[in-house]
Amino acid sequence: MSVQQLEKIFQGKVDEEIKIEPKDWMPDKYRQTLIRQISQHAHSEIVGMLPEGNWITRAPSLKRKAILLAKVQDEAGHGLYLYSATETLGTTREQTIDDLHRGKAKYSSIFNYPTLTWADIGAIGWLVDGAAILNQVMLTRASYGPYARAMVRICKEESFHQRQGFEILLVLSKGTKEQKEMCQDAINRWWWPSLMMFGPHDSESTHSDQSMKWKIKRKSNDELRQNFVDMIAEQAKVLGMTLPDQELKWNDKTRHYEFGEINWDEFWSVVKGNGPCNKQRLDARRKAWEEGEWVREAATAYADKRKAKPPSAKGALVAA
Amino acid sequence: MNLLKKYYYGDIPEDKTGGSELKDLPKSSPSGADWPLWEIFIRSKQGLDHKHVGSLHAADAQMAIENARDVYTRRMEGISIWVVESKHIHASNPDDAENFYEPAEDKVYRHPTFYDLPDEVKHM
Repeated sequence: MSVQQLEKIFQGKVDEEIKIEPKDWMPDKYRQTLIRQISQHAHSEIVGMLPEGNWITRAPSLKRKAILLAKVQDEAGHGLYLYSATETLGTTREQTIDDLHRGKAKYSSIFNYPTLTWADIGAIGWLVDGAAILNQVMLTRASYGPYARAMVRICKEESFHQRQGFEILLVLSKGTKEQKEMCQDAINRWWWPSLMMFGPHDSESTHSDQSMKWKIKRKSNDELRQNFVDMIAEQAKVLGMTLPDQELKWNDKTRHYEFGEINWDEFWSVVKGNGPCNKQRLDARRKAWEEGEWVREAATAYADKRKAKPPSAKGALVAA
Repeated sequence: MNLLKKYYYGDIPEDKTGGSELKDLPKSSPSGADWPLWEIFIRSKQGLDHKHVGSLHAADAQMAIENARDVYTRRMEGISIWVVESKHIHASNPDDAENFYEPAEDKVYRHPTFYDLPDEVKHM
């Protein structure tokens, strides 16, 4: 069968909402796009543990510490689901991680901002996870089966993340003057980077939109960003806090909030490696990998040793 | 021709990233080579089948079970775990699906709805 025929069959399946599975034929570009996108997504989960990990030892109570630990552990799990999905496309785990450590592969720029106060943990849950959820809910319907299934799993766990973040801010918003100020300050610092998470304007593209046609994505950056602003602007009222945008106002005609322009120079500068914490984040990942080497070696040695022993009489049936 | 000009959240194209790539970083050492891949099956509660939930890397079966516990049952999703090394899974070929499953297509009489019975017949 010719490539053109195969592509036609492939697109036919996508159009009919039939999921593409790892062993199905797919265009090389589709495969490459997915590898890049899913691995970036996986790296974001893993690097995303760092700004929050910064506060585990300093969480204000045992309850908050337990919650934060659980959340960070979830992020590790999410990274794993996504690395596994990437592997179904024919890459190796090691190569994918190596690309991150070399700075070849990217992760979401939001994690290159520092977590300066406890309120930042609240703001991350509310704004950063809130933005991520909008994207991820859309991706549960992605055309590639393993990606969509990973997203379903992630979305189930993610809503706790956003709620705990909002609750942290809610408690602060009802606290002392200092706590209120801390809450507002965190929102001020995280608001714009959160809007940047959705990526450049749709208008920057004049080309036909392949990702949309392949149903990897179903909503544009600007659509998702607008959904986010509409949602957060209302929630901010509950907190009694403001969003740092003079131009933010409700438009009764469009039934949406209007908002100011993003600083795109800052966006591209952080993507290109010049954010406040880019170096620190990658150094931390490399250090963890290098210092974990003896653990990987020991586990392999132990597995070999166990393999050398005769299997127990009970064997596999016990598992059933 | 670049069809993928438009980029989305979590999808920053490589040509825009530049600047921070470390060309001189040594390749990962061979000892860190991937552990085998394992497919994970979880029984969510007594009386139900084990169901495939995903995969992970582990040095051996015991480690695969422990990792699966941490990754797939953090919210009481399971009471039993099976792990199978992925290389032991044999799968049918999707290209053969048409021929492979075709024999079942023209045997509608295998379904109860094929049989037209009078309405008076109850409980059947």
